[in-house]
Amino acid sequence: MAKSENRGEEYEAEHVHSVYEQIAFHFSSTRYKPWPIVERFLQELPDGSVCVDVGCGNGKYLAVNPRVFIVGSDRSTNLVKIATRHEPHACVVADNLSLPHPPRSFDFAISIAVIHHLSTPSRRIEAVRAVLELLKPPSSAANLSGGKALIYVWALEQKDSRRGWDEGHEQDVMVPWVMKSNEKAKKEKAQKKGKEEDQSLEQEETASSDHPDSKTFLRYYHLYRKGELEHDVGEAGGEVLESGYEKDNWWVIATVKGS
Amino acid sequence: MKILTLNFLTCARKLCKSSNTAFPLHPKEADLEIVETEINVLFLKNIMGRLMWEELKGVVGELGLPDLPPTPPEPETLVETKLQAPEGDNTGLNIEKAEVPSQIAKDLHRVLLETCVKEGKLVCGNCGHEYAVREGIANFLLPGHLV
Repeated sequence: MAKSENRGEEYEAEHVHSVYEQIAFHFSSTRYKPWPIVERFLQELPDGSVCVDVGCGNGKYLAVNPRVFIVGSDRSTNLVKIATRHEPHACVVADNLSLPHPPRSFDFAISIAVIHHLSTPSRRIEAVRAVLELLKPPSSAANLSGGKALIYVWALEQKDSRRGWDEGHEQDVMVPWVMKSNEKAKKEKAQKKGKEEDQSLEQEETASSDHPDSKTFLRYYHLYRKGELEHDVGEAGGEVLESGYEKDNWWVIATVKGS
Repeated sequence: MKILTLNFLTCARKLCKSSNTAFPLHPKEADLEIVETEINVLFLKNIMGRLMWEELKGVVGELGLPDLPPTPPEPETLVETKLQAPEGDNTGLNIEKAEVPSQIAKDLHRVLLETCVKEGKLVCGNCGHEYAVREGIANFLLPGHLV
């Protein structure tokens, strides 16, 4: 693990972006089930809402509600190629810290399992700020509330998960992604058929990394401790409306403060 | 990348965010294709009020596509009533009124949702930076010195 002063943009290029680009298709094949809170948030959007999905991955949340328009973006071109299949939505390749959207123009935003990939405290706050900046501000004249963002990050407190991290543990970690050869993966999948998909957001193939036909990729994560996401949202100029914990993740619904 | 998407895109550079000339991005050397999708009138009705009409009309003109109407069509002009037999009924005895997409709706759907930039560039009117579109995917990653 690199010292925190050595982390930043280049570090993420190697330990996050490059990894997703390489594991995109395998990663996508394990990501199809929407998370209950995210699904509910998207289903409850008023028809005709305009939303962004920053870090949309394979676009699994673009499939939830066809009555809204979502502009997705992701750092990985290979994941965006998969995400563009979901009509009527749109998807582009972009960086969370340099988003190509007109500010203050969206009704809703989601950022699901993305902010935890930024490798310094200030970059994580900037990433939250970049998402919040896209939301329509509240208008007291027109009595309209501002846009809302749902942000989801991986939690440090997950002692019952397979990984077993908990309070007091190191928060900056490298998490393996094990990719087996196609042949083996298919066989394993056939054996596992009928078994319910693991609900864990970060569910990987469980093969050991010393498998002869497997390759292990390590991704950087910052595991959020209780209250930290709310803190980052505050630092980024947002206001937390709701927050909670679901299946090893912390989440908040935030809005932008009225000026 | 569908033309509608251009309504929600601007330059990714911070210095361009507050500039009026960064929006909309201007297609350059664009290679267009038609990707057919099912028409959804409700979607069109909903999105109509969210479009920067003048800007979008300008982009459509730059691409040499048929002009958009001078003002955004009113929602009620997107459907028309037609007398027709219920689906699967060929007796001709049960003619009823049905709402179908109007020609205006079909034209909008064609231009905004089915016409796509396959290859080309999107140029910022403020800083001149060009973003590539390849295989229908626009790429907004900036080189380090422009971040």
